[in-house]
Amino acid sequence: MDQLLKLLEQNAKLSTEQLSAILGKSEEEIRKAVEEYERTNVIVGYNALVNWEKINPNDCTAVIELKVQPKRDHGYDELAAEIMRLDEVQTVWLMSSSSYDLSVIVRGHSFRDISMFVAKRLATLESVTSTATNFVLKRYKEHFFPFEEIEKDERRHLNID
Amino acid sequence: MIDYSKILSEKVADLKPSGIRKFFDLAAEVKDVIALTIGEPDFKTPWHIREAGIKSLEKGRTWYTANAGLFELREEISKYLKRRFSLEYDTKDIFVTVGGSEAIDLTIRAIIDDGDDMLLPIPSFVCYDPICKLAGGNVVTIPTKRENDFRLTAEELRAAITPKTKLLVLPFPNNPTGAVMRREHLEEIAEVLRGTDIMVLSDEIYAELTYGGERHVSIAEIDGMKERTIIVNGFSKAYAMTGWRLGYVAGPSPIISQMLKIHQYAIMSSPTTSQYAATVAMSDCDKEVEDMKQQYDMRRRYLVKAFNDMGLDCFTPEGAFYVFPCIKSTGLSSEEFCEKLLHSKKVAVVPGGAFGTSGEGFVRVSYSYSLEHLMEAVKRIGEFLEELKK
Ligand SMILES: Cc1ncc(COP(=O)(O)O)c(C=O)c1O
Repeated sequence: MDQLLKLLEQNAKLSTEQLSAILGKSEEEIRKAVEEYERTNVIVGYNALVNWEKINPNDCTAVIELKVQPKRDHGYDELAAEIMRLDEVQTVWLMSSSSYDLSVIVRGHSFRDISMFVAKRLATLESVTSTATNFVLKRYKEHFFPFEEIEKDERRHLNID
Repeated sequence: MIDYSKILSEKVADLKPSGIRKFFDLAAEVKDVIALTIGEPDFKTPWHIREAGIKSLEKGRTWYTANAGLFELREEISKYLKRRFSLEYDTKDIFVTVGGSEAIDLTIRAIIDDGDDMLLPIPSFVCYDPICKLAGGNVVTIPTKRENDFRLTAEELRAAITPKTKLLVLPFPNNPTGAVMRREHLEEIAEVLRGTDIMVLSDEIYAELTYGGERHVSIAEIDGMKERTIIVNGFSKAYAMTGWRLGYVAGPSPIISQMLKIHQYAIMSSPTTSQYAATVAMSDCDKEVEDMKQQYDMRRRYLVKAFNDMGLDCFTPEGAFYVFPCIKSTGLSSEEFCEKLLHSKKVAVVPGGAFGTSGEGFVRVSYSYSLEHLMEAVKRIGEFLEELKK
């Protein structure tokens, strides 16, 4: 059922009926498989990829690098759990990097918004020893989707071969 | 003023321009068409095939190859025929052509003389008929039927054979129907042919694109048929290499050597860069082919169900990348159907009649497009059918 996951990863809007036709499995089988993936957290969630900049031109994204000094009872997982709870935070990753430890992706309505968020909410966290904020200037592609169509179908449209 | 009509060969001037030219001219004028007309893969040639072509250019390999093609490519083709069909062909009985197209042209020209009959199951790809006519031959068509899953049957074949029959074109997996001939069906055809001197042009260009478990069987595998068969195959469809223009033929030495003679005079040798690329395609791309096939298969299942659900009877094709739904229930001719669909919904599909008279009442829908593209087209065709009912 790898194909089922791949299809949903590309387009979560596909209906059970469509998936059943595409994969040649019964709707019941598809429904069960999806439920099982959801139950076991293989499918973690569904969302729309939104181009917020089209709604609010000042909206922005930043990738923030956090250096961390883990403590005995407050390691990476505990710190990450605190950061995950913040609504502005889109993504939290533990990195294998020599220069920093956690990577946090944050969205905000302006550069200033995000800078204040980092200063007030992240830099102040216990065990965070330093932060570096990288602003995203342009989003080209996320989750497999290009923000602007880059490839046209260049094949001839009309022929009978 | 020169009267060019007196200068042109009668055979050429008599060739009918494709019957659906008018439809395509119309379609070309409509903007933002959702086309389902294309007969070539939407995938790009797998990267390491392209890379092999690029490397050969970097190394300056820009000369002609041997007339028959690069030896290493012919060796890979020979190995493929062995591993895939258990067919033993010496490299001298294989040569590399400019697409399956040239291979078809040479086969027909090497066999057909003035007045000879060539048997052609229809609907099928459009090139066999005019090439036969240029060679002076007569085309005897054999309409395949929906109720036989568009297969050629032994009775139909037997009934079409005349003392002048020299060649049978066996175009399976079939464009446009997607029909395949399984081993048991080929056995029946072989039974009819074994007692004759009729040769078979087996166009196996879609050999690697079959769905539902059973892989394509070549008629050359059937007892007594290797000596009667010219296998035509190529790289365009399975490896998504249409623009590289490369194919090949394999067959009995006395025929292959004569075909090679024409190739040598008319073509010299097939494109060198493409041959280096194709060598890698043959030796090292089974996985990429499998991946593309899986994508086609998903689209195929989606479309077959979608057309049947919309009330257009759609045969489940087992090969190539086309579905061939029947549109007779709409009361329209296939050309009318296509024109109306084009104008009201901006969706282009090909009238079945383009592939032979028996294709009338059907349309060819290519699924060499993304699922999203197909879904949009299906939505529009559904609306179109609803509006027709009113
Ligand atoms: C049945 C069939 N044979 C042969 C060809 C020719 O392909 P190529 O010359 O690209 O190998 C095509 C192309 O559409 C085809 O559909």
